[in-house]
Amino acid sequence: MSRKINMAVSFAGINLKNPVIAASGTFGFGREYSQYFDIGRLGGIAVKGLTLLPRKGNPPPRIAETPSGILNSVGLQNPGVHAFIKDEIPFIRKYNTAIIANASGNTVEDYEKITEILSDSDIDAIELNLSCPNVKEGCMSFGSTPQGVKKVVERVKKVAKKPLIVKLTPNVTDIVEIALAAQDAGADAVSLINTLLGMAIDAKTRRPILANITGGLSGPAVKPVALRMVYQVSKAVKIPVIGMGGISNGQDAVEFLLAGATAVMVGTAGFVNPYAWVETIDGIEAYMLENGVDDVNELIGGLITD
Amino acid sequence: MRLIEKINCIEKLNSDTFLMRIESENISSEASAGQFVNIKCGEGSEAFLRRPISICSIDRENKTFDIVFNVRGKGTKLLSRYDSGDEIDVMGPLGRGFTIDPSHKSIAVVGGGIGIFPLLQVLKDHPAPNKTAILGFRTRDLVVLEDSFNQYSTELLIATDDGSYGHKGFVTDLLSKKVEAQNFDMVYFCGPSVMMKLGVEVLKKHNIPSEVSVEQRMGCGIGACLVCACKTRKGSDWDYSHVCKDGPVFKAEDIIFD
Ligand SMILES: Cc1cc2nc3c(=O)[nH]c(=O)nc-3n(C[C@H](O)[C@H](O)[C@H](O)COP(=O)(O)OP(=O)(O)OC[C@H]3O[C@@H](n4cnc5c(N)ncnc54)[C@H](O)[C@@H]3O)c2cc1C
Ligand SMILES: Cc1cc2nc3c(=O)[nH]c(=O)nc-3n(C[C@H](O)[C@H](O)[C@H](O)COP(=O)(O)O)c2cc1C
Ligand code: FES
Repeated sequence: MSRKINMAVSFAGINLKNPVIAASGTFGFGREYSQYFDIGRLGGIAVKGLTLLPRKGNPPPRIAETPSGILNSVGLQNPGVHAFIKDEIPFIRKYNTAIIANASGNTVEDYEKITEILSDSDIDAIELNLSCPNVKEGCMSFGSTPQGVKKVVERVKKVAKKPLIVKLTPNVTDIVEIALAAQDAGADAVSLINTLLGMAIDAKTRRPILANITGGLSGPAVKPVALRMVYQVSKAVKIPVIGMGGISNGQDAVEFLLAGATAVMVGTAGFVNPYAWVETIDGIEAYMLENGVDDVNELIGGLITD
Repeated sequence: MRLIEKINCIEKLNSDTFLMRIESENISSEASAGQFVNIKCGEGSEAFLRRPISICSIDRENKTFDIVFNVRGKGTKLLSRYDSGDEIDVMGPLGRGFTIDPSHKSIAVVGGGIGIFPLLQVLKDHPAPNKTAILGFRTRDLVVLEDSFNQYSTELLIATDDGSYGHKGFVTDLLSKKVEAQNFDMVYFCGPSVMMKLGVEVLKKHNIPSEVSVEQRMGCGIGACLVCACKTRKGSDWDYSHVCKDGPVFKAEDIIFD
């Protein structure tokens, strides 16, 4: 006999039919993977990082393989927020999944402007990327200090008419202090972790593998760091936390939920296994059935530490 | 599509080059010359990413396709250890292949090193009566697939860097000489970008159109992650296109060789 289980989560005015979201920058605008599986099965899609104007991004090579992970230096190549609204939202809206617009900027004014524009579009939430390690000017400085986070989030919150998720960079001394700054400034939720700044060198040629020299690390390699940060932040803040970093399957996702995440994002794992997103959903369900959990919300913060 | 397929056979062509024949109804029926597959070479974290490898030859009747690869690093090393009968995790066919215009009467394929592999199927599929193949290798020991290229071309020219076999020098030398005597309707390139850049310049002087197959490091292999950028012309400006989805084959005039 099959038991009925609840996979839906609701937080900060965002309703997801399950807690699995495609991570920004790994899923484009959903078109490519829609040929591999029904993207309407996803709780949500965080789209490729958007900027006010189109961006070409960094020169190639933009990817290096590392033990259990990758470094990327895409540098926010995107068609700009207006093309997203015109060409991509109508496509994603054909599927029953939440649209999370990931937004970046170089100045506080950029963040404000893009938030205003997105607030009037048909999306479910805005995820502010304050943490992009690939772009030399700008956003790095906002996400890496509590003052920078506060400055941007306060201003953006005033104009935001959609739930505001602030995405945190792990490239800081104290992630908790940064998360608290985001909360104090009015963030409705935080998501973490973005990629860890790293580097790869080809000893044979004595050159860096990435044209950009440094890039962001993601994939299973970062999972322990991500889990630790999600755990610490969840304990410290009152707002919901979206966890990510190296999730490849249902068990990984359950670990993040137990650490305190209300939802999870899956990214790099999908490059290796294009079904990683749906298998993560199925895996959480299988875990719940096996362990007699009726409601996924029971798992959130369910870590036993005594 | 992501498929778990069976390896029909694997053959060592020389010290570090292998031919793998894979049974796949889907890929053999859907693939065209110049497309590629993205292969998971090992379990779990050994060689984490998939490896892009061109489809070298398609046997639509027997529902198999061949890949030929050089052992370079961990991924291709793992790939060389598979045995016939093993299962293999492949995504494909991926990307945009070569365009084959049946009105063309005279074509050439020009390849160097691992770049020769996707060119074989062009020769197999192209109905042109005159098909020239110009292939370059570092040295005699690395010459592979000579019989196959011979079988499907009307003329085969080989160059080696050290002159140990065929012409001593580059494929572009052979191409320059050839175009003085013969007019091609289309030339297909795959190989190192210096070779393709030179070759395209040679053809430009004769107004011969060409297509080039470009290589870049990949992540997703399907156009979602934007890591496999290559510079292409866009009106009077340029932009980054993506090798896995917009390519790997591009019109030569669209590519900006750096
Ligand atoms: C569209 C396309 C078609 C290709 N077709 C063939 C083919 O038919 N036969 C063949 O032998 N090789 C082919 N290659 C090159 C092949 O992908 C690389 O040799 C292979 O990825 C090297 O992996 P490795 O683990 O052995 O080397 P490593 O150096 O250990 O690889 C490390 C990382 O770098 C990437 N990488 C290294 N070299 C290249 C390269 N030249 N191109 C792209 N990524 C690279 C790998 O994929 C991996 O992610 C093709 C490449 C592309 C892009
Ligand atoms: C190729 C690539 C591009 C990315 N682009 C963005 C982006 O545009 N905006 C953003 O906030 N995060 C971006 N990220 C970070 C991911 O959303 C995610 O935070 C990180 O990869 C960790 O999760 P994972 O290990 O599951 O991939 C990108 C990651 C990768 C691998
Ligand atoms: S490899 Fe992901 S877009 Fe080409």
